Amino acid sequence: MTRTALTAALSVALACADTAHAATPRVEIQQFAFSPARLEVPVGTTVVWTNRDDESHTVTALDRRYTSSGLEHGESYAHRFNAPGTYTYFCALHPHMTATVVVK
Amino acid sequence: MQRRAFMQCLAWGGTALVWAARGGVLSASALGEADAAAADFTFAQISDTHVGFSGEANRDALGTLRDSIDGINALDQRPAFLLHTGDLSHAQKAGAFDTLAESLKAVKTERIFYVPGEHDVALDGGKDYLARYGAGTYEGRGYQSFDYGGVHFVGLVNVLSYTPGVGGALGDEQLAWVRRDLAAQPSSTPIVVFSHVPLWAVYPAWGWTTADGEQVIGMLRRFGSVTALNGHIHQVLQKVEGTITFHSARSTAFPQPAPGAAPNPGPMKVEATQLRRLLGVREVRYTEGTGPLAIVERPLG
Repeated sequence: MTRTALTAALSVALACADTAHAATPRVEIQQFAFSPARLEVPVGTTVVWTNRDDESHTVTALDRRYTSSGLEHGESYAHRFNAPGTYTYFCALHPHMTATVVVK
Repeated sequence: MQRRAFMQCLAWGGTALVWAARGGVLSASALGEADAAAADFTFAQISDTHVGFSGEANRDALGTLRDSIDGINALDQRPAFLLHTGDLSHAQKAGAFDTLAESLKAVKTERIFYVPGEHDVALDGGKDYLARYGAGTYEGRGYQSFDYGGVHFVGLVNVLSYTPGVGGALGDEQLAWVRRDLAAQPSSTPIVVFSHVPLWAVYPAWGWTTADGEQVIGMLRRFGSVTALNGHIHQVLQKVEGTITFHSARSTAFPQPAPGAAPNPGPMKVEATQLRRLLGVREVRYTEGTGPLAIVERPLG
């Protein structure tokens, strides 16, 4: 197999892997807001949040079933959603910051 | 006219703020300007120590805390006690409460009273904070009152309500307790009320307000001298409303922008030479029968 062909085959394999599991969805925390504010993911998806602000933020479930610690600038938090539903979360330090993950 | 008691506040040049009141009106003064006359007693306020903070706004928040403590210990008159108005820790970082307790052992004072900030309770609903600091407060809930030298002190908790749509609030149970607590005091008693988030609406867009704070303010209007002390906004700010004076204190860890001066609140990066001027503690001096509480702000630099 030529090097070009190998690269092409790998690319296809990676693309297929992406399709099968979807890339890890990422939520940015920036300017005191979660972006995107509404995220739709399949069951079993792990979502990763990253804080881009200088201020600390948390990712905290409205029912407090899960929470990150205080995320500093550049720090991330991951949570896997194992059941379908609409999950609202907020920043426990700045509770006007809210967003939703819809799991289908 | 009923007997009036007066407090004098004195501010010092560290990161703590010193409070003095006269005739019910608090005033801040720079170091060296304060009335040097001995007060009946003084106390110091320290706030927003944010132990565990290591952001760009101050890479050595423990160092500026140490300097603040040194400032308190250098006061001419030893403060009877210290009030910590919350955000002891930075987002409950592991070991932060222990580190703070260790640091504050160096303060030369008889006792330290605390109220929590949202950083102390947001992650676990206040469980760890109340286990450590709830003893001696009303039913272990974190709020409390005590009397010292003829002055009635009330410490309130307005950060256990941080949920979407609410922000800082006291809640009905605490309001009922405050009403009962104040009912026992004659209007001539000087009152000092302290909380983390300001009781008045400093800047609601940034959460710098207590949703039901106006109810407490209403209960305080009959008193001849009321001093309301808070932290949370990391800057000195004063407001006089009748016989009630409101004072926001500096942080010992990092400054925040003036209300509306930036898109958002949060740690404010300033020139290294400026930082120490924006951090500090407060001294409050009380002298019965001489005038309002005297408040002395003590920046670090």
